[in-house]
Amino acid sequence: MPTINEKISEEIRAQAKKLLAEGTVAAVIGYASGSLPMTVKPLVVRRPEDCGKLLWNTFCVLNLANFLPEVLKSVEPPRGPRDPKPEGPLPKVAIMATGCWSRNIVVQIQEHQVERERVVVMGVGSRGMVSRRKVEALFAGREILAVEELDHDLIVRGSGFEEKINRWSVVRDNCQTCTHPDPLLVDVRIGEPVSDRKNPNPFKQVDELEAKSAAERWGWFTSEFATCIRCYACRNACPLCYCPTCFVDDAKPQWVGKSLDATDTGLFHVMRAYHCAGRCTDCGACESVCPMGINMRLLTKKLNKDVLNLYGIEAGMQPDSPLPLTTYKINDPQKFIVTEAGAGKEGE
Amino acid sequence: MKVFKISQAELDNMVALWSQSRKVYRPAVGRQQQAQPDYGPGWRKAEGASPLTVPIGPAAGSVKTFLFPQPETMMTYSLKTGDPDRGLMKEPAKLTESQVVVGLRPCDARSVLLNNLPFREDPFYQANLERTVFVGFTCDESLSTCFCEQMGGSPLDSDGLDIAFSRAENGYLAEILTPKGEELMAGLNLAPAANSDITALADRRKERPGKDTAILNTMQGKDLNKLYEAPLWQPLGDSCINCGACTFICPTCYCFDIQDEVVKGSGRRIRYWDSCMFPLYSLHTTGHNPRGRKLQRTRNRFMHKLKYFPERFGPFSCVGCGRCVQDCPVNIDIREVMADLLTVE
Repeated sequence: MPTINEKISEEIRAQAKKLLAEGTVAAVIGYASGSLPMTVKPLVVRRPEDCGKLLWNTFCVLNLANFLPEVLKSVEPPRGPRDPKPEGPLPKVAIMATGCWSRNIVVQIQEHQVERERVVVMGVGSRGMVSRRKVEALFAGREILAVEELDHDLIVRGSGFEEKINRWSVVRDNCQTCTHPDPLLVDVRIGEPVSDRKNPNPFKQVDELEAKSAAERWGWFTSEFATCIRCYACRNACPLCYCPTCFVDDAKPQWVGKSLDATDTGLFHVMRAYHCAGRCTDCGACESVCPMGINMRLLTKKLNKDVLNLYGIEAGMQPDSPLPLTTYKINDPQKFIVTEAGAGKEGE
Repeated sequence: MKVFKISQAELDNMVALWSQSRKVYRPAVGRQQQAQPDYGPGWRKAEGASPLTVPIGPAAGSVKTFLFPQPETMMTYSLKTGDPDRGLMKEPAKLTESQVVVGLRPCDARSVLLNNLPFREDPFYQANLERTVFVGFTCDESLSTCFCEQMGGSPLDSDGLDIAFSRAENGYLAEILTPKGEELMAGLNLAPAANSDITALADRRKERPGKDTAILNTMQGKDLNKLYEAPLWQPLGDSCINCGACTFICPTCYCFDIQDEVVKGSGRRIRYWDSCMFPLYSLHTTGHNPRGRKLQRTRNRFMHKLKYFPERFGPFSCVGCGRCVQDCPVNIDIREVMADLLTVE
């Protein structure tokens, strides 16, 4: 019997082929199989005959919304930087989206990076994606050569061993604490919708950090980010990071030093996290792509908690509402603002 | 060349002894170790007599951190008012302190030689090369991501090493390959290897010579312009996110940028790792960027390693360590890229 994800893969291939063959879309953003166990390749399909390469499995950890603005641009008729937009509607792009990715597409629409009418969302309810690192940690010192995915288990094989492990036990932290696994925008439904998860405390990891003393938190921060090699995979895998020139790359003025100085590296991570405040959907792409295994996601998760507590907003959940941090309301909480009268009275 | 037979205990004692008088580094096992002022993550300082285990496959961090540190101070200067030397560029004191890198694999050892081709006249690289002793371990086992043989290396090779350890019955054979290696071993009372052990190693090398040149030869016969225009770059450009992970973990990526950093009037001119994946890398002062698109940058990295570098220097600028294969966030696999390039007519 085919697994849930095999059935979903079949549906994706059929729907993508239909959309491309009908000419509804010019490209489909999805996944193809990877060259190593537990890896997948993001794939942009532009011809119906290539749709057979598309697949869906439990290792789709990158956020495909990250590719959307660029693929949309790539299917537009070529024009110069000062040429006017051509008459009539521009070609559309279809994209696979789970709960968090679809919320990122909502944010991209709210921030005018993507036009809603040009996107066909192929919505898939997420069952949580597996962390390759978590699986590898269970088999430390033994190379994993193949991983077979069943609905609730993974069969991990290597030279001279074969073990069955529970799938949920190695699902990423962000997926385990996710409350909205089903896509918010759906134009083409793939598979069955999944209901919201009742999670007693989606911010457990943040609460644990907040409960520590300042010295302990500083200890966590300095040791967590000490292995950063400044490759910026976290930033480049993030659908929120679309600035043509990032503040760390700016040379005039230069905001952040370029070497592995702990202050510069820490500043990069803190500033990147703050730029994601009110916009991050906790998709976990940053953490999943880090070659050094740094858990920088906890910074954005902390800000997600703050934005929810202060403004009652979860990013991408209300397509028609304004963005929390670009909107001023007279009754906004402003305890954190340092006023002349309040200066020196910290902690009041 | 001297060859000794060495037990694991003798090896551990040697490492402990070396670390009394020099800086000795060994691969970190488990979670990535922190970056330190004198070396990058993936390595740790060997201190005391803890048993040396060398993980299968390449160490987590590439060996370039010791020769091409991130960052490296090229000049120092003062901008303090009243300083008589204000604005004067000064050479930093030349590093001469001996360091020993223990536990690198033949792939990383070869990367030292390959990087030495573009850096052969670079005073910083040369100074670091001079003060570093490489004690490597040949590979009995490989990872599925290892492909050194296809790139012109061999798992049993000792090129680039000062001392090469190879597995032998009840211990290792240590081949002392250079005067630097001899100096490190001087005064140690070690048993010379039996001829039978030496022959056994030579036989294993004969059985698995590696150093394939087939792919290199085929690639060199390909027309550069045809490779450049090949349709294979489109899907790579689509999926690449243009992070610098591959270039920073790669032992043979050696590009750098230079900047001045001033703190409280004291300045230093540093060079730090740069990546051809970053748009800033190729941005001209005019604002024009010859590699303004993602596809162009992704293409450049592979064309440089597999075509431009060999045309300029001979070998590929890749040792087949497989680090990028393991860690690329979007699973761009250089082995697949190479296979696709070889089909371009």
